[in-house]
Amino acid sequence: MLPERFMRWFAGRGWTPRPHQLELLAHARAGRDSLLIAPTGAGKTLAGFLSTLVELAAAPRGESEGIHTLYVSPLKALAVDVARNLERPVSEMGLGVRIEGRTGDTPASRRQRQKRQPPDILLTTPEQVALLIGDPGAAKLFETVRRVVVDELHALAPTKRGDQLALALARVRALAPSATMVGLSATVRDPDELRRWLVDPRRGQELADLVEVRGGAAPVIDVHETDERLPWAGHSAAHAMPAVYEAIRKHRTTLVFCNTRAFAELAFQELWRINDDNLPIALHHGSLDVGQRRRVEAAMGEGRLRAVVCTSTLDLGIDWGDVDLVVQVGSPKGSSRLLQRTGRANHRLDEPSKALLVPANRFEVIECEAAREAALAGEQDAEAAKPGSLDVLAQHVLGVACGGPFDEDALYREVTSAAPYADLDRKTFAEVVQFVATGGYALRGYERFAKIRRTKDGLWRVSNPMVAQSWRLNVGTIVEATMLKVRFARSKGPVGRMAGGRVIGQVEEYFVETLTPGDTFMFGGEVLRYVALVENEVFVTRAVSETPKVAVYAGGKMPLTTGIAAHVRSALADPARWGALPTQVREWLGFQQERSLIPQPDQLLIETFPRGGRHFLVAYPFEGRLAHQTLGMLLTRRLERARAKPLGFVATDYALAIWGMGDLSAMIDAGALSLDALFDQDMLGDDLEAWMAESALMKRTFRNCAIIAGLIERRFPGKEKTSRQVTMSTDLVYDVLRRHEPDHLLLRAARADAARGLIDLERVAEFLARARQHIVHRALDRISPLAVPILLDVGREQVYGEAQDALLREAAETLVEEAMGPR
Amino acid sequence: MILSALLRRDEIEPTLSIAGATLVVDVSGALYEPASGALIVADLHLEKGSSFARRGQFLPPYDTATTLGRLAGALETYRPRAVIALGDSFHDRWGASRLGAGDRETLAALQLGRDWIWIAGNHDPEAPKGCGGEAVDEMRLGPLTLRHEPQAGAAPGELAGHLHPVAKVAARGRGLRRRRCFATDGARVVLPAFGAYAGGLNVRDAAFGGLFGAAEMTAWVLGETAVYAIPAIGLRPD
Repeated sequence: MLPERFMRWFAGRGWTPRPHQLELLAHARAGRDSLLIAPTGAGKTLAGFLSTLVELAAAPRGESEGIHTLYVSPLKALAVDVARNLERPVSEMGLGVRIEGRTGDTPASRRQRQKRQPPDILLTTPEQVALLIGDPGAAKLFETVRRVVVDELHALAPTKRGDQLALALARVRALAPSATMVGLSATVRDPDELRRWLVDPRRGQELADLVEVRGGAAPVIDVHETDERLPWAGHSAAHAMPAVYEAIRKHRTTLVFCNTRAFAELAFQELWRINDDNLPIALHHGSLDVGQRRRVEAAMGEGRLRAVVCTSTLDLGIDWGDVDLVVQVGSPKGSSRLLQRTGRANHRLDEPSKALLVPANRFEVIECEAAREAALAGEQDAEAAKPGSLDVLAQHVLGVACGGPFDEDALYREVTSAAPYADLDRKTFAEVVQFVATGGYALRGYERFAKIRRTKDGLWRVSNPMVAQSWRLNVGTIVEATMLKVRFARSKGPVGRMAGGRVIGQVEEYFVETLTPGDTFMFGGEVLRYVALVENEVFVTRAVSETPKVAVYAGGKMPLTTGIAAHVRSALADPARWGALPTQVREWLGFQQERSLIPQPDQLLIETFPRGGRHFLVAYPFEGRLAHQTLGMLLTRRLERARAKPLGFVATDYALAIWGMGDLSAMIDAGALSLDALFDQDMLGDDLEAWMAESALMKRTFRNCAIIAGLIERRFPGKEKTSRQVTMSTDLVYDVLRRHEPDHLLLRAARADAARGLIDLERVAEFLARARQHIVHRALDRISPLAVPILLDVGREQVYGEAQDALLREAAETLVEEAMGPR
Repeated sequence: MILSALLRRDEIEPTLSIAGATLVVDVSGALYEPASGALIVADLHLEKGSSFARRGQFLPPYDTATTLGRLAGALETYRPRAVIALGDSFHDRWGASRLGAGDRETLAALQLGRDWIWIAGNHDPEAPKGCGGEAVDEMRLGPLTLRHEPQAGAAPGELAGHLHPVAKVAARGRGLRRRRCFATDGARVVLPAFGAYAGGLNVRDAAFGGLFGAAEMTAWVLGETAVYAIPAIGLRPD
């Protein structure tokens, strides 16, 4: 099956081709699309490219016959790494194949040359493919493509980048009808979703052929046990850092995953504090300067580090053969995430990957055990496929127009050949085209400023070259929160005359908004003091403060997945299984059983009790922080109406607590408040609508959609110096649009995003349906053991009161009182 | 300014006393001067949406309708004899010509039976064409001077716009979201931008420093239902 030259090369390296590699080759020869699902270390990359190399070896090509194979990966670094891995067989077999990468970092001159003289294999990212689609030379560039390889498809497909790539590949398929697709993926819950993603059903294949590599050795996952007192709340796991340090010492190279950047900072700080052996331990997260991150990656590649403390930034990426331990600080929150991270250790198929879970508090012990159980059972709970986003489609439609004139019906057929858009109706598509052309407003249009126009021949064309220019600058579906550079202030003195020193990294603007000059926070492994905001840069100095105000800039607060939540619920409900838990946790649950109730998996436990002059309601839905936040917002509205005088609430991954002035136990007892009515599904009607109108989360979601869809332009570094009074606030746009055209395409797109994203409506809805008739209420005379952790969060977490006016009044009165003395 | 008046804001309308003139502070962002019966607004920025659309950013074309609706509400409350717009009434000098037919009618209806004065702003230095009213560069109103851009060292009694003041109020140790506000030291007032798409500049910005002494400024912050006077000590920079 494999040509002589390839057999010799494999033999020369002491290898034999693996069955899945040959299988993929066979599918490619038959002109079929295929999906390879394999664990790390299975030789996925070579498998994906084998058919390409065989074809190119059999029919050597001239200087510039065009791209034969297009490789797309979610990570720039991966494209670079794959290029290096391919160079070896290519040069050793003397195949004379030209391989080039193209990313945002590729110099403009080389990108131009790549269009004139394309390589045989082009390695790139979804954004670059989208950009090429919008190039007037797209047809010529893509018509030669015979194969498309999509790497880490499981990570791409459920995202907006996946939508963007699916649309671009639909175009590639139209331009190069003989091209076949190869998807490379880690193990997933539902392979059929990815198999469907890869094909165009109208070409006769309903699902991509599946090639699956089973097994590899089962991972070894341990949950850290401690004799120390386990914290009741908090997520930093500071108590366990000596144990993590010991584990690092005992292994060659360790990846220490933390759930947020702030906790990564804390763990890094703590590890260095006890780093008596001066082990090379580095830090890696999304806010750090890119150069700094690249240096850490390079040092890791060269085996110069013993450990890297990191966040989800290292979930995916190039294989570092030396990693032999993965530490997860805090609950991994999901089985797929745990498996993905565990897989980062040890890239040899026949040896087990090793992971250590470090619970940060009592409840996380249960969560970690549940995650371990789910991961060892091979359960997958990563995001499922969803209908393609309309904002991404709008960006694509404009891109297609930039590439050349298009016929609306033909483009509709092409778009619906992409799996995420298979169910898109013709009317909605027409609305998207109208949106691109003039904004698509019902009551008044911008016809005379149209970006694309339908000309006499019935084709849509861009109105002027400026349109294409601004589209190119705005391509992409990743909308970063507005980031501000963090820079050392070199000289003290008046803010206006302060000189800037070295840049340390970036933080989200909204984090800075919570700081007051003089506040200290931890960043880049150092404690910094906020000095001032100078022209959109955050000036800081080093602080000697021992207790920094921790940087709680969000960065990857993943909610507990439904899968793990189910495990936690059933583990809790069954005292027979508590044996696996540490004594302290067992005792805690025992007290709960005695004083209140341990809910059965299908029950919703609600406790009410007085404390400190307030009345509390604590519910335990186990639906994750985001869903609980939404629930909290809606429930406080209803309690307000029921005259229970709620004052605020706090949400964690497993519970939410609401407190107020009204005696809830008495109200329930007297029949003045019905819990069934309180938790009725009808809260998703008017209450939700009313809350969404004002919700900051909704506004943030809208902003992302507006940027992706091209309604407003991205802010570019350097271009944002115009003073703030000129910059357009998307909040204002949202308010106006919502009032005048609540059904506008972009609001629909934002609502769809919010339902799955920040507001997690899907889970709220499922939960409310499940909770019906299953509410058990306990009226207690004091706080229950299970409620302790969440009540400890009350002081720490932001309180989601809505009453801006109440706070303003309070501020005014406090200050007036201060100024005038007590009345 | 009488601080005790603030505490009774629910019973009476909050008022400012500037150079001897009494001004009612309205939650919409307008000032009403009962003596002359004039309602004063700043920075309407009408047709900002369509101004962006010219450059390919199709903001919802409903900002003018929203702003005029807001203004209609204030007119309903005070029934003023005159309306004075403190400049930047249109976002650009061609804004008046882009006004939609419906919005044009609304504006005409608002102008019916009262004086209407357009003060020139940097965005709209010329009189808006075909939009009625009278155009002036600046004007006196009793003891008050009304102009677009506040001037450092101006005599007491200046009412101006231009800066789009917003305030970030500290509450329970945190900064609340920025809200539109009036900035005043008792001698002059900078009005908030009235327009639906107008952004804001924090009153702690250096641009305000030249107008008010740091400690003397009070921000009258627009809540949803009332105006709240927050002294400088309670205001945060961005």
